[in-house]
Amino acid sequence: MGDFLAGLAEAGRLVATLDPDLVEITLRSLRVTLTAVAIGCALGLPLGAWLAVRRFRFRRAVIAALNALIGLPPVVVGLAVYLLLSRDGPLGVLGLLFTPTAMIVAQVVIVTPLVASIAHQAMRDLWADYHDLLISLNATRSQRVATLLWDGRRALLTAGLAGFGRAIGEVGAIMIVGGNIDGATRVLTTAIALETGRGDFALALGLGLILVALSLVVSGTTHWILRTERAGRW
Amino acid sequence: MVSVLPLRLRGATLHRRGALRVGPVDLTLAAGGATAVIGPNGAGKTSLLRMMHGLERAAGTLEWAVPEPQARLAQAHVAQRATALRRSVQANLAYPLRLRGAPRAEARRRATAQAARFGLAHLLDQPAPSLSGGEMQRLALARALILEPEILFADEPCAALDGAATREVEAHLRETVEGGTTLVLATHDMGQARRLADRVVFLLRGRVHEAGPAAAFFAGPATPEARAFLRGDIVE
Repeated sequence: MGDFLAGLAEAGRLVATLDPDLVEITLRSLRVTLTAVAIGCALGLPLGAWLAVRRFRFRRAVIAALNALIGLPPVVVGLAVYLLLSRDGPLGVLGLLFTPTAMIVAQVVIVTPLVASIAHQAMRDLWADYHDLLISLNATRSQRVATLLWDGRRALLTAGLAGFGRAIGEVGAIMIVGGNIDGATRVLTTAIALETGRGDFALALGLGLILVALSLVVSGTTHWILRTERAGRW
Repeated sequence: MVSVLPLRLRGATLHRRGALRVGPVDLTLAAGGATAVIGPNGAGKTSLLRMMHGLERAAGTLEWAVPEPQARLAQAHVAQRATALRRSVQANLAYPLRLRGAPRAEARRRATAQAARFGLAHLLDQPAPSLSGGEMQRLALARALILEPEILFADEPCAALDGAATREVEAHLRETVEGGTTLVLATHDMGQARRLADRVVFLLRGRVHEAGPAAAFFAGPATPEARAFLRGDIVE
């Protein structure tokens, strides 16, 4: 209990004094995660809609693979990206290992299947509803996808937020490819892992509380922008 | 403009999930007027309309007077249970125009005009999914007609409507036919078929059992099944 109260106090102090390290770490967390989620959505949302609209031979296999990839262990993703970006790896010349860019790459791999899968399920139901009308109106394939994405944007928001939730709380992959370097690749989750390991529970807990608050703020803001909970909207 | 009609069906057949829905059908649909597709439940009225409109792929021959991609652009379809796009009434009406590349402002202007014509002007900004049954059916009809199709397939457009709403929809259908659009109307309502149709196609067990001018059909059907159906007997 003492640790917990101390954690609360520490969190309060860090926020009240706008601790420069905290601000830097938090901003980096947000930058890495939001970039990864943005890329993940740009790939995953159209992919999900496309899978709902298009009938092709290996469609079921692709969807099954996508659902399986949701369970991809982040540590393994981290390892794979590490090997890809390490100096001897195929992309080693880019010199990206232990940079925020490497962390973004790893998170995109983790987030995209989740976003695509949730988007696909939402789009599938909407497509069942819209199918006859869009065929009747002679909509082209890309027009169908665009219509589904637009009219299903509330459901896609959920997909994006799920991706954000997965990415912001992720440690394993970004620890491996980022290296938790102070001032360069340290983010909230890796900092928490480090402080817990060092026994500085108050600081770890303070960072943890800030991480939770951050998730709530992002989710709340997004809902507010899209007015999901307003009556008379859909 | 070259007419897409007549539409010729020869041995046209529609299967869904292994079961025969309609066919084989031999039928020629000429331009102009209203054709009522009638018959008992399960006779294949909906399937025939879906097959002709191309919502489902048919076996056999289904031939328009122009190539298929061109013919697709001249048709419209109103389903028995109309689909509301999850948008405003205005956006629903503008949608077909936007699909064909109309600029946003022009699409909105024409949508507003169309809404006025169909008594939907006061609902422009309402979400379409919140409309009543009658309003939704009018919206579906207005949306289908905004591209000024040459042929309109209407599948039981008044099935769930009360008298007043039915009268409105029928008035719009009549106006559409007078404007030169060919109407193919599936209906179980013989009164409606008598009121609107110039020609009748009587379907039974997926096949055209009898077809001809409406006046002659209603005055004296040629087949015993059609006579029984008009009498109100259960025909299978």
